[in-house]
Amino acid sequence: MSTRTLTTPPPQAPERGASDRPRPTSRRRRRETRAALLFLAPDALGLITFVAIPMVLSVILGFFWIDGFGNFDFIGLQNYSRLLQDPQFWNSARVTIIYLVALVPLIFVTGLGLALLVQQNFPGVGAIRSALFLPYVVSIVVVAMVWQFMLTDRTGVLAAALSWLGVDGISFLGDPRYALATVIVVTIWLQMGYYMIIFLAGLQDIPSELYEAARIDGAGAWARFRNITLPLLAPTSFFVLLTSMVAVVTGGLDMIFVLTSGGPANSTSLLIFYIYQQAFLFGDLGYAAAIGSVLVAVLLLISAAMFVLTRGGRFSHDD
Amino acid sequence: MTTEADAPTRTRITPRRSGRRSRWGLLAIGVVIAAITVFPLVWMVMGSLKTPEEVNSPNLIPSTLTLENYVYVFSQVPFARYLFNSFFVSAAVTVISLWFHSMAAYALARLDFPGRERIFLAIFSTMLVSAPVTIIPTFIIVRTLGMVDSYAGLIVPAIFNAFGIFLLRQFYISLPDELEEAALVDGASYWTIYWRIVLPLSRPILSALAVFFFLANWNSFVWPMTVTSDPQLRVVQLGIQSFQQQYAADWNYILAASTVAALPTFAIFFVFQKQIVASIKTSGLK
Repeated sequence: MSTRTLTTPPPQAPERGASDRPRPTSRRRRRETRAALLFLAPDALGLITFVAIPMVLSVILGFFWIDGFGNFDFIGLQNYSRLLQDPQFWNSARVTIIYLVALVPLIFVTGLGLALLVQQNFPGVGAIRSALFLPYVVSIVVVAMVWQFMLTDRTGVLAAALSWLGVDGISFLGDPRYALATVIVVTIWLQMGYYMIIFLAGLQDIPSELYEAARIDGAGAWARFRNITLPLLAPTSFFVLLTSMVAVVTGGLDMIFVLTSGGPANSTSLLIFYIYQQAFLFGDLGYAAAIGSVLVAVLLLISAAMFVLTRGGRFSHDD
Repeated sequence: MTTEADAPTRTRITPRRSGRRSRWGLLAIGVVIAAITVFPLVWMVMGSLKTPEEVNSPNLIPSTLTLENYVYVFSQVPFARYLFNSFFVSAAVTVISLWFHSMAAYALARLDFPGRERIFLAIFSTMLVSAPVTIIPTFIIVRTLGMVDSYAGLIVPAIFNAFGIFLLRQFYISLPDELEEAALVDGASYWTIYWRIVLPLSRPILSALAVFFFLANWNSFVWPMTVTSDPQLRVVQLGIQSFQQQYAADWNYILAASTVAALPTFAIFFVFQKQIVASIKTSGLK
């Protein structure tokens, strides 16, 4: 944006110097303010009703007993004390931690790896880029169907391929030992193209002169990656870590719902799924909201920690 | 990548020795990864064209190709209705939200009024909320407003997100100051400026956002499941899921239904790939 204005500085310079347009009369100011408020009204009203109030409510609801018919009663911290003794909550918390700790770095590595690959110039790279991104446009429901089909015990194509390799009887979605790992692999497959594009945008912002200079100085590929790519990619990396964490928690609900329903033996029961179960299958909206508050608090804490550790992701550098 | 070629002043460095060979190596790696990535989707489409006897066979190309599964899906369940519902809801959300967001963004970027920065910050901060956690209170509000089991319940809550406002505002700020001056001097109203000058200029970013919003709403599952139970209002993603519960092991039918739901997203992808990628890139920059 700014580069375009730089090409024609003389005609713009004097106007920018004079502090503003012809002095606005108070009538015009009032008119402008009224217009602005009217333009803002529809979105502001909607955001207040469907985003801001729910945000506040989600905290308040945790202190209430609510049933599916809209009856409610203030019960103080009872939902929270119940939560501490709920083994199902602790199981879901454990599953969520494993899921996040495995998934976020893997998404980071695959996204960056693919971006580094398709950033290169080789024949057919455009088509390969498209192919890698394609799963992202498919809905999670369809994704879950396809993978369930491929992972069907004995008759699925993966079972066939594995038995050809001499491995038999692995139940990817039916065995509590493998189910969560399977969910993670499917999620990576679905998301990696999106993060590839984000990393690609970050990589393309790095001036190629830096690489040229490093090459002249005799820096190898790994040295160039460590000393140029990684540091200059820091803002993008921060963005990816932060958004992928929230995105996999969010998308995890759809995925778990259709792919495993939290099973087998609750081995894939993410907190977000447990919240949904409590709210809409067991009708315990207050308890669900209490668990939700805990999840939000933890996510905010992690985000804040990341923010502090990376000194704000060094976001404001290029502005 | 292209910048390397069109920077005239820089002396070209001699290409690395392994240049050609490594390019073919990269191509080979790329093709293998791309093939693995696309395989599940190809397998889905091929499975939807197989007969019940062959659907579980490990052959990619069956001995007989059939469209029977599609006929069955459309005749056994009101799948056309599901498609219509999804289309209607996605289109309505897309059009209304682009309209509302562009108005709000215009005011935030181009008009001067007291409290502008604070309002913008307030809107921006709502971007930090992750939707599934607020799904319970949102449901309670929607129920209080009497919108459960209605198109309004599917459409209205999906319209409002700060992401679109944010991107549009960034775009409007980048437009030159002189844009509205002449029109204002001529006595044009702010509405005329928005409608006649700002909207036509925002066509590229609006089309990018439109593709994004449409896809997101077409693929949405949990909210429609939460807010509707009436089969008449069933969207296509819910349709597939309930179809699967009914025809648990008949994969040829389930895959046909899945393919039908995925086809519009494939079409959108192939036509609007540039816009999708562009809007992801803009969202990633900040």
